[in-house]
Amino acid sequence: MNQDHIRNFCIIAHIDHGKSTLADRIIERTGLLTSREMQAQVLDNMDLERERGITIKAQTVRTVYKAKNGEEYIFNLIDTPGHVDFNYEVSRSLAACDGAILVVDAAQGVEAQTLANVYLALDHDLEVFPVINKIDLPSAEPEKVIKEIEDVIGIEAQDAPLISAKNGINIDDVLERIVERVPAPSGSADAPLQALIFDSLYDSYKGVIVFVRVVNGRVKKGDKILMMATGAVEEVVEVGYFGAGQFLPCSELSAGEVGYITASIKNVRETAVGDTVTNNERPCSEPLPGYKKVQSMVYCGVYPADGAKYPDLRDALEKLQLNDASLFYEPETSIALGFGFRCGFLGLLHLEIIQERLEREYNLDLVTTAPSVVYRVHKTNGDMIELTNPSNLPSPTEIEYMEEPIVNAEIMVTTQFVGSIMELCQERRGRYISMEYIEETRALLKYELPLNEIIYDFFDALKSRSRGYASFDYELKGYEQSDMVKLDILINREEVDALSFIVHKDSAYERGRKMCEKLKDEIPRHLFEIPIQAAVGGKIIARETVKAMRKDVLAKCYGGDITRKKKLLEKQKEGKKRMRQIGNVEIPQKAFMSVLKLDEE
Amino acid sequence: MKNKIGIYIHVPFCTGKCAYCDFVSFVKDAETQDRYFAMLKKEIGTKADRFNDYVVDTVFFGGGTPSLVSEKNITGIMELLKDRFSFSEDPEITIEANPNSGDINKFRAYREAGINRLSMGLQSSVDSELKALSRLHTYDEFLKCFDAGRNAGFDNMNLDIMSAIPGQSISSYEKTLERVVRLDPEHISAYSLIIEEGTPFFERYKDGRGLPTEEEDRKMYALTREFLSDYGYSRYEISNYSKAGFECRHNLSYWKRIPYVGFGIAAASLYDEKRYIKHSDLERYLKGDFSEEEETLTPTDRMEEFMFLGLRLTEGVSKEEFYKTFGSSIEEEYPGVLEKLSGQGLLKVTDRVSLTEKGMDLANYCMSEFVK
Repeated sequence: MNQDHIRNFCIIAHIDHGKSTLADRIIERTGLLTSREMQAQVLDNMDLERERGITIKAQTVRTVYKAKNGEEYIFNLIDTPGHVDFNYEVSRSLAACDGAILVVDAAQGVEAQTLANVYLALDHDLEVFPVINKIDLPSAEPEKVIKEIEDVIGIEAQDAPLISAKNGINIDDVLERIVERVPAPSGSADAPLQALIFDSLYDSYKGVIVFVRVVNGRVKKGDKILMMATGAVEEVVEVGYFGAGQFLPCSELSAGEVGYITASIKNVRETAVGDTVTNNERPCSEPLPGYKKVQSMVYCGVYPADGAKYPDLRDALEKLQLNDASLFYEPETSIALGFGFRCGFLGLLHLEIIQERLEREYNLDLVTTAPSVVYRVHKTNGDMIELTNPSNLPSPTEIEYMEEPIVNAEIMVTTQFVGSIMELCQERRGRYISMEYIEETRALLKYELPLNEIIYDFFDALKSRSRGYASFDYELKGYEQSDMVKLDILINREEVDALSFIVHKDSAYERGRKMCEKLKDEIPRHLFEIPIQAAVGGKIIARETVKAMRKDVLAKCYGGDITRKKKLLEKQKEGKKRMRQIGNVEIPQKAFMSVLKLDEE
Repeated sequence: MKNKIGIYIHVPFCTGKCAYCDFVSFVKDAETQDRYFAMLKKEIGTKADRFNDYVVDTVFFGGGTPSLVSEKNITGIMELLKDRFSFSEDPEITIEANPNSGDINKFRAYREAGINRLSMGLQSSVDSELKALSRLHTYDEFLKCFDAGRNAGFDNMNLDIMSAIPGQSISSYEKTLERVVRLDPEHISAYSLIIEEGTPFFERYKDGRGLPTEEEDRKMYALTREFLSDYGYSRYEISNYSKAGFECRHNLSYWKRIPYVGFGIAAASLYDEKRYIKHSDLERYLKGDFSEEEETLTPTDRMEEFMFLGLRLTEGVSKEEFYKTFGSSIEEEYPGVLEKLSGQGLLKVTDRVSLTEKGMDLANYCMSEFVK
């Protein structure tokens, strides 16, 4: 296919603004898929994503569009994740595109996340054109939204197609606009191979399937390819395109095209997302720009509930990492929890998603420890360590000072909730930077916030305090010196390493107290009394007691109905299975998660 | 020799619903009660032949309030049972009576029909506590009923008493215990009140306010054991005390897994290593629907039951009997459990395995170890 007739693009939208629905319509109208074949949402094919209504994995579809000028165009629609946690995933998907459709909800207008993604797209020199969606809603205000796009984002929006993806209104305008506005790829098919890996997928038959955008050159079966960042060399087994929901092998991929490569790659670490693929015999002079090693923002310990399942957990993490380059893990050991992994995530949502996938797709029962950000610990001997696991904190005498990560946060909120959102930011040790009114009823608040204050439940708090009317985006600003302490939890006078976490000195008492209260409710009574204590630097700052169990008997038991009695005992037994033995205390798995939810009340 | 079987007859009628009770029972007129008994007879009639290979050793009329309904209904059932089943030489036949719904003529009729054990739901001797439980009798009324039972010739009587009643104190409970032993019944069932979900009590005492504290509850529980043993009642089961030779055979059969068949709504059965439980819909039953859920017990189920039911008894279970029944030992089936629980002072292990007194307080904790 002539390069002139290829359009590589993505759709940018805030959650719920209709990205997936528009994608469905595009796929439908380009005729490769009958309505009957359409799944409810073709792009979001992971259960979890569908439930949460967000896109985690980038999916790509190649379709053929017959334009009004009578010519056929190849559309490569590259899906992008829609959450702030997945910024790097977004960026590498964007890098594979030449243009982007910006979908804005005609009733909701521009959101903080929309802004962030548009800026990201502009950074990648993408041609961005807006589309106003949900035009048929009674609350739609397209004129206002068009003005907002021009004022806030600064891109031309007067001629934006006014559409309803849901009801198929004006979709053809969008298709024509893609042909007109998205530039054709500009690479040379005769130059040495240069292809960007923007995603990968593990298939048990084909091995790793690498998703690439060929920028220059060509690649076909039998070629020896080199991954420039990892140095791996492999022979190509198959190349092809992305049909809707299936792989379509072809003879070669050349400059401008988007497709996949398989090469019997078994070792997942060979195919880093963002890496450049080139021909080993005729390599390009330098890799494509933009590759970076993924930085984990949040870490936590992940342990199998049943210690014997450790190898299963390792295999599952390895497989997940194939599809999710941003997942980091390394083995660690906890006194309380045994063998497990310290895992790094892009954010808390990412953490939750991985955890759920491990549990659902791999049928694992997990215990996870409190999430932690990466602290920089400057030691008195001049060394600096990056601390991802609170239990590895050196003793206070060895610490000169500590630094914690700070983010620049942008919160867009309707004016009536500005007060309560500012209050929330203050509570979370935020530093006020500025406030701009985007329009009469909406303001953009800028704060500097410590990352460790937002990884727990900031989103939830934001939502509840703004009745859902706030959107939020952040990026890492850097590190700042801060007065942090390690809070230890002692159960029956034994320190439980998996429950330790790092907290600002001023919040230590409050956190410790809440933690003890929570654990008191979570830990069942034993035959003896169990003290639960919170300590900082060996000094107890809070205590609760789980009273001894003295009576646990079903005195009245109508003889006949044994089944009911047995169910009760089974429940009790099942409860015991989900416990972790620490010393002679049995702690339920969910107790380890309770630190996460301290601020719910 | 034929195997023994027990018969349970459920009488699901009461004068009023007690606020703590979650048994299947309804307030219905005499006409409905008569229709129910007609259906009971039909059910017994259709099923009796299944039990030709058994002899009936115990019968238990439970409820509800069996003494509420016309004595003709009860004696009618007794006649049918005698007609359709073969009985052992000395069967134990119990009927439950509420202290407000029994008169001497009824009791005499029971005796004549062959019923030889009378169980009365006294619950408390303190009227304010009875009121708190929404019981309809007073202590004085109970005394009259008790005398009527004795005078009618019942020489094997049980009293139900309850601890941890709202408003009950340790001293008031002790008073009930004293009064009970003075009456000299042959058998005492002592329960502590359990707040069951779905009862009015569940809503009322959600936060535990108005109930005796955990400490008081525990003291009452311990007091029961000490007090009753002083007066010659030995505890043969977690909640049951009797004079020597007056253990309730029907009750024991549940824990010893002797077969039993239940007639009437919500009645449970165990025979041929299957458990059955009838539906609890009175209307359906009155239309002749005797359907029940059936569960076939696997060897593991049986083993578990053998243990957790047997441990309710003071004598516990016999290691040898376990081995004979299942072909392997308790130690093999439950590795480490006996050591663990006896190490915690909850289990006594000789050639038998039984709960210690502390183990009885924590019976659920112990028993759950024997569920696989």
